[in-house]
Amino acid sequence: MMDFRFNIIVEYAPFFLKGVLWTIGLSLVGIFFGTILGLAIGLGKMVQNRLIRLPFDWYVHFFRGTPLFVQILLIHFGVMPIFTAQPNPLVSGAISLSLNAAAYIAEIFRAGIQSIDRGQMEAARSLGMTHVQAMRYIILPQAIKRMIPPLGNEFIVLIKDSSLAAIIAAPELMYWGRAMQGQYYRVWEPYLTVALIYLVLTLSLSKLLHRLERRYDA
Amino acid sequence: MIQVTNLKKSFGSLQVLKGIDVHIHEKEVVVVIGPSGSGKSTFLRCLNLLEDFDEGDIVVDGFHLKDPKTDLNKVREEVGMVFQRFNLFPHMTVLNNITLAPMKVRKWSKEKATEKAMQLLAKVGLQDKAHVYPDSLSGGQAQRVAIARALAMEPKVMLFDEPTSALDPEMVGEVLAVMKQLAKEGMTMVVVTHEMGFAREVGDRVLFMDGGVIVEEGTPQQIFDAPQHERTKSFLSKVL
Repeated sequence: MMDFRFNIIVEYAPFFLKGVLWTIGLSLVGIFFGTILGLAIGLGKMVQNRLIRLPFDWYVHFFRGTPLFVQILLIHFGVMPIFTAQPNPLVSGAISLSLNAAAYIAEIFRAGIQSIDRGQMEAARSLGMTHVQAMRYIILPQAIKRMIPPLGNEFIVLIKDSSLAAIIAAPELMYWGRAMQGQYYRVWEPYLTVALIYLVLTLSLSKLLHRLERRYDA
Repeated sequence: MIQVTNLKKSFGSLQVLKGIDVHIHEKEVVVVIGPSGSGKSTFLRCLNLLEDFDEGDIVVDGFHLKDPKTDLNKVREEVGMVFQRFNLFPHMTVLNNITLAPMKVRKWSKEKATEKAMQLLAKVGLQDKAHVYPDSLSGGQAQRVAIARALAMEPKVMLFDEPTSALDPEMVGEVLAVMKQLAKEGMTMVVVTHEMGFAREVGDRVLFMDGGVIVEEGTPQQIFDAPQHERTKSFLSKVL
């Protein structure tokens, strides 16, 4: 720690820049597909019929109940080779993150919708609205407001979890941190730099979400 | 207007409605009274199928509710409902609470819906509250808005599910006054309530329910002044 070598950080700056762009990319893909898939699974979990609900329940059980680390390895080395001889680690990483986030987001959606008082749906239906209209105009606008804080939390977790893709050599931020560590046998320079960059990313996101929350409150 | 035949309904193994037969005529005000757990709210909620029933038949304005061909949304357009806990939409202004269903369901223009809403707000004495959100209303005001919201659909029947039970005592009067006015204008109404004064003054007919059946029915004079059944007498002796 006494001789902190800024010069090797400068040397690695272009790689960190490339890495952080992939990290942002992975996170955005994970947020986007995780949200869409999560909405679908959340709706599936709210179906009355138990048999239809079962696969959605188990989807959430599996992806919430096993480590993302293991999921990434299974998907990259097990599932992807079924479809392609040379799986791209970035694609495998994006898929793993999306599938994993979807499980958590499904629960956020379900909890958000079910937290709205039953009387709201009854009032809407008693006025002649269809189920879809009641959802669209009455339930979802109220539920989404309640979903923003937990969703923001999930997005922050997702940014940090994208670092696990380094294990399958996806060239995101953490991958370059490990590369630098391997080249120079230094600990503080690569990992502190990487930590700081993640912190900037997550703090920016929470600022953004905080603003969104305040706007919804007005 | 509403014909109920042999209506039965159970929650699990508990039968809450054990065969209800009643005919509600146009422009009639029917008040349903009875102890808690007597099934009166469940009965009311069956009339627009917010609560599904197991047996029997309900015909509302010519529609058989259990007929798979019946469009329930169409039936509900004609049946307004007012809830014990108001159920106003908290994310919308009072005005938007009232105009939403006429615009989305009846496909009225915004102008037409707004004009109707302002007219109704004037009627319930709350014109000045059009642009506030429900959480700034008192209970009595909220319930009057809820009545206006239901009336905006121009329903043929209004159902009231204990509309004053969640109100502070000093606010009961303002809600009952609106309901009285409505009755005077010839609205067909079914009212579940504990307000015996209202039942006596406004009701054309009073149904006394207990244990999932209609124990006794008649004019307010018959029910309140000369009840025939022991259970009716014992209930009235406790509440009057």
